[in-house]
Amino acid sequence: MISSAIYKKIFKDCRENNLGLWQCPGFLFVAMGFINICSMLGAYIIVKEYNIPELVVFTVSVISVLIFSVGSSITNGFQQIANINRIKSEFVSIASHQLKAPLSGMRWATDVLLGEKQECLSSKQIEYLKDIQENTSRMIRLVNDLLDVSKIESGKMDINLQNTDLSDILKTVIKELDSFALAHNTKLEVDIDQNIKLVKTDPIRIKMVMQNFIDNAIKYTGLEKGVIKISLKNKDDEVFFSVKDNGSGIPKKDQKKIFDKFFRSGNIAKKQTIGTGLGLYIAKAAIEGSNGSIGFESKEKSGSTFWFRLPRI
Amino acid sequence: MDNKKKILVIEDEATLQKALNEVLVQEGYEVLSALDGISGLDLILKESPDLVLLDIILPKMDGFDVLKRLKEKGSEVPIIILTNLSDINDIQKALDLGATTYLVKADFHLEDVLKKIKELLSKN
Repeated sequence: MISSAIYKKIFKDCRENNLGLWQCPGFLFVAMGFINICSMLGAYIIVKEYNIPELVVFTVSVISVLIFSVGSSITNGFQQIANINRIKSEFVSIASHQLKAPLSGMRWATDVLLGEKQECLSSKQIEYLKDIQENTSRMIRLVNDLLDVSKIESGKMDINLQNTDLSDILKTVIKELDSFALAHNTKLEVDIDQNIKLVKTDPIRIKMVMQNFIDNAIKYTGLEKGVIKISLKNKDDEVFFSVKDNGSGIPKKDQKKIFDKFFRSGNIAKKQTIGTGLGLYIAKAAIEGSNGSIGFESKEKSGSTFWFRLPRI
Repeated sequence: MDNKKKILVIEDEATLQKALNEVLVQEGYEVLSALDGISGLDLILKESPDLVLLDIILPKMDGFDVLKRLKEKGSEVPIIILTNLSDINDIQKALDLGATTYLVKADFHLEDVLKKIKELLSKN
């Protein structure tokens, strides 16, 4: 039982990463420990039995070379894992770039069809064209998210810091999401301080973060009457933004992972199939890239509050 | 209309070229098209359009080189960069080389592109 658990722990990761036995750091580490113990015992016996200084020096040298070569195999194993990770990030980045060209073609082609000449289309045709348009937009958003993730992972996320008025951006976001909230039977209550201080951040990214918070709150509040409280306030040397919903909340066991990429809480995945689990991961990188902090409080069945704070200029 | 504004689209993706052409003609502009950098540059110099939409990744000569040549020749035609490179560095490079503004193709609907074109043309 125990040995099978150890076996699993050592080998499972390497098998999943497609690493051979002699490239697998977990195995090599155990092997090195074993060699260490054996060589100490061996050296002890040799010294005790023969007591020839030259033989002792020779034995110790052989053991050192052995340990050195196992050590170098371990380093190689790690190197290989790091390489695989880099290649994966590059692949995602290249594939996403390549996907963008045909996706723009699809978007613009449907734009043309749904543009001026709508009168020659039947309502069914319009309906399906709108479906194509919406799905194209979803795909573009997903590709953009994947590109962002690969940039974050390779430490190359573009953050274009500018003096930014968050209240203007928030008003635009609310205008854009108003009908979406209405469709979900959800009320948006907005409280914005007068004279919100300027902050240094990337206006495009911060807009996405605000959209993401509010969009999540609307989507996951559920079909019962939702109320979402959005607030933007000056607080000491910071500007504080928060979105509070009265939805189902996040289970305790999921709370630690909420900012991980591709993570979706079990109770929302049941309600909503749309969503990639990338939004909050990107949001965290964007806020931290603007020297701010991000977080949330949540209680199951009574709702969640997501917030960020950014230092004012 | 004699004073029809002339717009040149330099873009190698046929679908995008076609879609842009269609809406721009509908809006009453005269539209010229080029599918690569060299013929695009020729058309700018010969036809002196009022506005150029320029892709970055192009066959024969890329958008950056087209911008460089235009700068050397002292051309002042306003240029909108059409790109799918959303890398800040690439966009900044194009703006430094004299492009007026840029838009990321996948992120824009055609009506947003039209809005930007109208805005620029009314300025000049």
